[in-house]
Amino acid sequence: MKVEILNPAVEFHDTTVSYDRKPVLWNIDMTLPQGSLIGIIGPNGAGKSTLIKAAMGLLPLASGYVKIFDGDLDEHRKRVSYVPQRESVDWDFPTSAIDIVLMGRYAHIGLLGRISKKDRSLAMDCLEQVGMQAFAKRQISQLSGGQQQRVFLARALAQQADLYFMDEPFAGVDASTESAILNILRNLTQEGKTVIVVHHDLQSAAEFFDWIVLLNMRLIASAPIENVFTQNLLQETYGGKLTLLSEISELIKKRNIPSRENY
Amino acid sequence: MDDIYIILVASLFSISCGLLGSFLILRRMAMVGDAISHAVLPGIVIAFLISGSRDSFEMIIGAALLGLITSFLIEFFHKKANLQTDAAIGVTFTWLFALGIILISVFAGQVDLDQECVLYGEIAYVPLDLWITDAGLNMGPKALYVSAFILAAVIIFLSFGYRYLHITTFDSAFAASIGISIGLWHYLLMGMVSMTTVAAFDSVGAILVVALFVVPAATSYLLTRKLKSMLLMTVLLSFLNSFLGYYLASTINGSISGAIASTSGVFFLLAFLFSPIDGIWIKAIKRNFDKSKNTSKTKFNKIFKE
Ligand SMILES: Nc1ncnc2c1ncn2[C@@H]1O[C@H](COP(=O)(O)OP(=O)(O)O)[C@@H](O)[C@H]1O
Ligand SMILES: [Mg+2]
Repeated sequence: MKVEILNPAVEFHDTTVSYDRKPVLWNIDMTLPQGSLIGIIGPNGAGKSTLIKAAMGLLPLASGYVKIFDGDLDEHRKRVSYVPQRESVDWDFPTSAIDIVLMGRYAHIGLLGRISKKDRSLAMDCLEQVGMQAFAKRQISQLSGGQQQRVFLARALAQQADLYFMDEPFAGVDASTESAILNILRNLTQEGKTVIVVHHDLQSAAEFFDWIVLLNMRLIASAPIENVFTQNLLQETYGGKLTLLSEISELIKKRNIPSRENY
Repeated sequence: MDDIYIILVASLFSISCGLLGSFLILRRMAMVGDAISHAVLPGIVIAFLISGSRDSFEMIIGAALLGLITSFLIEFFHKKANLQTDAAIGVTFTWLFALGIILISVFAGQVDLDQECVLYGEIAYVPLDLWITDAGLNMGPKALYVSAFILAAVIIFLSFGYRYLHITTFDSAFAASIGISIGLWHYLLMGMVSMTTVAAFDSVGAILVVALFVVPAATSYLLTRKLKSMLLMTVLLSFLNSFLGYYLASTINGSISGAIASTSGVFFLLAFLFSPIDGIWIKAIKRNFDKSKNTSKTKFNKIFKE
């Protein structure tokens, strides 16, 4: 199941990615729409993180190409933000929450530029948006997992990008953080920004996203959510181990799906 | 005056090493510093054979190049041969160090370097190796100029690179995503480490220079959770180690560099035991505190239920 669109935020063209010559993503070919909240879904080891790293130019492509806003990533770097998996960094690193958020300004400031008052107040605003202003000076090792995730999100907001790639922003956060993060992501898409989120929980995916990419080393589906959550496609992505499936299709039916003439 | 020269040279070198070492520790690369300090040996011997002197510019460049080659080889074995980092480090530096030792023994006649001096350094002789200008003016010990030059280079490097070292160390994937070259900053840091090692090793020796890189920085890491205060504290500790170490050595009439390294070990132990953040003493207190809190909570729950 694949729906192609015009004027995409991201286009993968026949992209293959390998580690040590062993491909983990095969011939990914899809276009992802602007202004949507997009979920990349698949089992562990499906290559979800690899896919967004490849899009960010963090891994060499074995073949194919990725276009961002119909151009090269380097032309649009300031418009793109990447949020790595929380576990990928050392949270014992001696630094404070506000310093992490200020990193979001580095791309705009350049090598020798100074961090201005404006940058600082913007960083504080971003912390406030994620409900963390009281923790600005706090050392990051003293934050809970959910708070660390919020700080990462604030850093992404400070980049003021148009396209966001986020790797598992909902992993290990409590229910209130989850809905806070979801709200922020929805606000971003309402402003016309594109948010691409790696997510591994099917059930919540059914509630969160407008557009779903199903991935398991190969592309299984890329389409508006109501076209994707079918027994066949989910079976193909996850193999036989899905007893939850019927519950999920119920959820999809129940969900109040807004009109989608724009696709 | 000799005392002051020795303490000054030791302090300047240990401050340079400690500042760079802080970043090595945060990058979990303390062992790479170790590796480089040993692997530059063949570079030093070859540069010596070419230039015929022990404190030449060629020497620093030659050894710095070898340091870069070392860090490149480590990356190479790790990435291309899929060897674990520690194994890659172990293979690379022992082999290069051994090569250096062989070169020294083969060219023993032509090279004014012996294994002893390479391993332990000769900081006590710092005041004897003077810089005398052509006009015959005594400018003081050469090592003083070398150590001051190196510290200036390290400070310039860190003040320009601070933001970039911070971000590439904390979150390299994010840094790359905003277009910063991870490789460039890795090799710049390795180049600075190599240069500092070579310059310092004449005074403190190949083994103890590792202590200068790692121990004060590790001590400050236990004492603070702010990068800037970690760097400042490292500077302070490096100075204290050199100062106290020197007087320890003259009291017991022992090796100066050995005493400096031992002093830094004592500070580390103190931090390990009594640090307000990470010390095991404070942890034990907290644990007891939590325990009593928990028991009172369960008591409360019990009462509440009943
Ligand atoms: N740095 C790496 N080197 C080698 N193999 C890797 C590396 N990173 C991931 N892989 C492999 O690639 C596959 C996809 O990984 P990943 O993209 O992290 O999956 P996901 O994010 O969907 O869980 C897995 O089989 C994983 O073992
Ligand atoms: Mg992943």
